[in-house]
Amino acid sequence: MDPVLLLVQALNGLQLGVMLFLLAAGLTLVFGIMNLVNLAHGSLYMVGAYLMAAFQGWTGSFVAALLLAVPATLLVGVAVELIVLRRLYDRDHLDQVLGTFGLILFFNELVRVIWGPAALFVAMPSALSGTVALLPGAPYPVYRLVIIGAGLLVAAFLSWLVTQTRTGMLIRAGASNPIMVAALGVDIRLLFTLVFGLGAALAGLAGALAAPLLSVESAMGDGVLILTFVVIVIGGIGSIRGAFVAAVLVGIVDTVGRAFLPILLREIFNRQVANAAGPALASMLIYLLMAAILAFRPRGLFGARG
Amino acid sequence: MRVSAIDRPRIAVFALFGLLALVPVYSGLFDQPFYLTLFARVMIFALAAVSLDLVLGFGGMVSFGHAAYLGVGAYAVGILAYHGVDSVPIRWGVAILASAAVALFIGAVSLRTSGMYFIMITLAFAQMLFYLAVSLKAYGGDDGLPIARRGTIGPIDLNNGTQLYYLILILLAATLTLAHRVVGSRFGRALEGAKWNERRAIALGIAPYRYRLVAFVISGTVCGLAGALLATLTSFVSPSYMAWTRSGEVIVMVVLGGMATLTGPIIGAVVLLVLEEILATLTIHWMLILGPILILVVLFARRGLWGWIAGDRHG
Repeated sequence: MDPVLLLVQALNGLQLGVMLFLLAAGLTLVFGIMNLVNLAHGSLYMVGAYLMAAFQGWTGSFVAALLLAVPATLLVGVAVELIVLRRLYDRDHLDQVLGTFGLILFFNELVRVIWGPAALFVAMPSALSGTVALLPGAPYPVYRLVIIGAGLLVAAFLSWLVTQTRTGMLIRAGASNPIMVAALGVDIRLLFTLVFGLGAALAGLAGALAAPLLSVESAMGDGVLILTFVVIVIGGIGSIRGAFVAAVLVGIVDTVGRAFLPILLREIFNRQVANAAGPALASMLIYLLMAAILAFRPRGLFGARG
Repeated sequence: MRVSAIDRPRIAVFALFGLLALVPVYSGLFDQPFYLTLFARVMIFALAAVSLDLVLGFGGMVSFGHAAYLGVGAYAVGILAYHGVDSVPIRWGVAILASAAVALFIGAVSLRTSGMYFIMITLAFAQMLFYLAVSLKAYGGDDGLPIARRGTIGPIDLNNGTQLYYLILILLAATLTLAHRVVGSRFGRALEGAKWNERRAIALGIAPYRYRLVAFVISGTVCGLAGALLATLTSFVSPSYMAWTRSGEVIVMVVLGGMATLTGPIIGAVVLLVLEEILATLTIHWMLILGPILILVVLFARRGLWGWIAGDRHG
């Protein structure tokens, strides 16, 4: 196996993992604290990417668009929370799945109505569009490194927010016993809205950062939503630390698996079998990982709640 | 004359099946073959919805991956047809056995978890099979696999739309009857008891895991039959049969019609699919309307349509 290629693929995996963490952090908090299954989290990611494209077209600047897209997604998230999701907190999971499934249909169609059915593209800032040589002969795109850096910064910020601040203390308290927190005089509804807004902003950030790497189109959030669910279920619902570990794990296993599993199988089986089974197995790998982890730890790696 | 509350569900079921039985007559009289195909598809999804109701409504297991069994059943038919197996009993038999085996495996692993984790693990397994189908290049991969001939069963020629329609109708009626038997049996009571109070069920000597697993396998098998019918009707299989949104749609049918009512999910399937057709003729952006309708149903019409139709007793 080529070590340079392995390094590049591992970094790609880390970049995917960091991206997934941005989504998983918000989703796992909303799960853990409000006990809400939010399928529409992927829609906020999509909205973030579309707003990024729209604001970039408007301002012509990547940074300005990013600075506008993230708060705008936060506002969309807060609006969704106030109008719909707030009514679903004390319903069972099934109602939440259905209600937020309705939201997905709505948002997927709404972006088509506003921006048309064709995919949009977001230009990378020219300063970040080059490559940098990690090792001699191993160029790596700067932009992907920037995403990794941004994700790690957010992870550090969240860790500080949750463990070191008063808001974080309330978030943790709300996760373990929301009724008691409300009884102690904390405005739990406001706390819920804040947490949801934070999650929406992170999802918007993920969408905006991913936009230059992908084509921005309707339903782009659906696939990534399922990956995010895999992440938070592996990590354990409600655990930010679990989300981080699982996101990096899933990102690396998926990317490295896709790159090397077919090659590995070719060493063992004949070419025909390997060519047929390799891609199939590689695309199933993270789901197998999740099934295996849940079979032995039904509450995920760091989870306490059911 | 006022209809008593006891008779209402029975009358509603007869009316429903009577109307479904008249669809080929209508489509024949007015030369509208479109309706024949539409309602054949509606009944196939009704079959899938009834199967889901067994685990979702009666067992309390929120399976978010029932499209997987549709897909397994459909692919069994498609792959056998591809290899020149023209016997419909063999095609459908293999579809049923394959979906039962897959449901046994998925159920055995998934039922170790509960709540949120159960929803997610069933979803993950369905996604796994979806990607497996996409990567099966020999069987069309992403593009799907056409089926050359629908085949015949004895005197029944499935290439004839009307004959296939009535066969599906009979299978739906038989499944509904059988499902009522299952739900009313000791097995069904134990399953439902474990949903309401697991600890009490265990104290009574009922091992919920086994009951749930059996229900899960029955459900997956029926859903696999629906998949085989779907492949036969459309003469085509593709990974999109297993898309996760498809699993979501089947859940919507069950909840819209009314959970744990068996007939409700059939009505849910009729209403959802017909509504989709109507909205699609009004505007290409029909999902913009359907999405909020779903949200409103969840917020305000929890008991489902069957609760209205059958009266309070079956709420």
